[in-house]
Amino acid sequence: MRLRELAHARTGDKGDISSIAVFAYDPGDFAFLAEHVTAAAVAAHFAEFLRGKVERYELPALGALNFVLHGALGGGVTRSLALDAHGKSLSASLLEMELPDPQQAD
Amino acid sequence: MKTVRIGSGAGFSGDRIEPALELAEHGAIAYLGFECLAERTIALAQQARLADPDSGYDPLLTARMEAVLAPCIRRGIRILTNMGAANPRAAAAEVARIARKLGLTGIKIAAVTGDDVLSRIQAAPHPLLERPGETTASIRDRIVSANAYLGVAPMVRALAADADVVITGRVSDPALFMAPLVHEFAIPMDDWDALGRATVVGHLLECAGQVTGGYFADPGYKDVPDLAKLGFPLAEVAADGSAVITKVAGSGGAVSLRSCKEQLLYEVHDPARYYQPDVVADFSAVRLEPDGADRVRVSGGRGAERTGTLKVSIGYRDSFIGEGQISYAGAGALSRARLAIEIVRERLRLTGVAVRELRCDIIGVDALHRGPEPAAEPAEARIRVTGRTDSLAEAARIGNEVETLYTNGPAGGGGAWKSAREVIGVVSTLIPESAVAPTVSYQVA
Repeated sequence: MRLRELAHARTGDKGDISSIAVFAYDPGDFAFLAEHVTAAAVAAHFAEFLRGKVERYELPALGALNFVLHGALGGGVTRSLALDAHGKSLSASLLEMELPDPQQAD
Repeated sequence: MKTVRIGSGAGFSGDRIEPALELAEHGAIAYLGFECLAERTIALAQQARLADPDSGYDPLLTARMEAVLAPCIRRGIRILTNMGAANPRAAAAEVARIARKLGLTGIKIAAVTGDDVLSRIQAAPHPLLERPGETTASIRDRIVSANAYLGVAPMVRALAADADVVITGRVSDPALFMAPLVHEFAIPMDDWDALGRATVVGHLLECAGQVTGGYFADPGYKDVPDLAKLGFPLAEVAADGSAVITKVAGSGGAVSLRSCKEQLLYEVHDPARYYQPDVVADFSAVRLEPDGADRVRVSGGRGAERTGTLKVSIGYRDSFIGEGQISYAGAGALSRARLAIEIVRERLRLTGVAVRELRCDIIGVDALHRGPEPAAEPAEARIRVTGRTDSLAEAARIGNEVETLYTNGPAGGGGAWKSAREVIGVVSTLIPESAVAPTVSYQVA
């Protein structure tokens, strides 16, 4: 199943860094998301253009994972050649990530 | 228990005008903040000021103040805004002019200056935060602006001096909303937890509609009513620093746990260390709880001692970008779009256009997300060719090579468009807070 079925997300930008926060719709799914939506999985999802590392911060009380993607915005919002220089649309792309079916996962 | 009601009237320079008026008339607020200064805006404003010493403030200042100044003054609502951009004193003079025109008298307008640190940055090399090992020496001749993110102190001084309107240049975005809290609750500037809680409130308010349902709707998953009439947020803040985020009853949008969660982490890196001029705020233990329709209670913010350094945004002339677009439709649209891109690439080579970096996209296929080949042929395909050059003339040649596809390219190309522009880049450095001396000056209309 796609991440979109379990979570919503918002992208922010600062310089050449994109931050994408992912939130479980149901707090009960947080552990499942934390297991599968890892920093490495996010880096692999954006491997096409990502030039730096991905960090992940966990906020279980909010059911949230906050990803910080370095080198994600084509050199920085102010000088990027991209149509979406801010990377606002990256959250929707991340929600396309395929996850195992939670019922079968364990 | 005393509560302070603060509204957020704009989340960026071009934001809607009338939600602020709705807050002023129906929000029962005591303060109204407008955050209108993006990273690069101040560099552009600085250039405008060089051309005309009376300009350099936000282009929508006049329209916003004409809309809200009279209702705010009538109700005793005090306004704080960074619309002063590169020229807060000229902005204050403009607000005074509007006040007189509206027949308002005795209005006290404060202008906060001191964020401009251009001469200091030009005097010596400073390390660039974004480019390890590199300093401002590499862009020295091209720097057009350098502004430090100031904290709440000068705004608090202005509020203590009974200013009705406080206009700043570069200040931290949350500080526009923290200053009234520090003023009203007499928060000591070393009460890190209280400053951390105030930062949470400021951070939730600073992007205006982004916490009331803007930048959020996803039909079928996250539905939001009445986005065309989106209400902007207000916070009811208690003396203990907890707050309720809400909006004017009957306005569009929705304040929900989900909208507040998304905004709490917006543009945040490490949630335990959100660096501000006045505090290192810690969002990691923030609690959000429902408190009735369109009401979310927020508590649990914390803070640690400030770093003693201020971030400085440096604007510099980076390069030029040229761009062209043209569309194809119907059977074979994608093949013709790809042929068009090949032709433009070859033309740029053949005619010797000096392009340092080139990007070719097909809008609707791969312009936003590079992914697998589309499974089905799209009904339409629009190419976008964009490249970086060292001059405006070279940049213009990129769009020209797209436009000439009309008569020299694949069949049925329509809707060509082109542009060429200079790019002002932004980099950052840190300076000691002792290096700035914010000043507040007043005008009475």
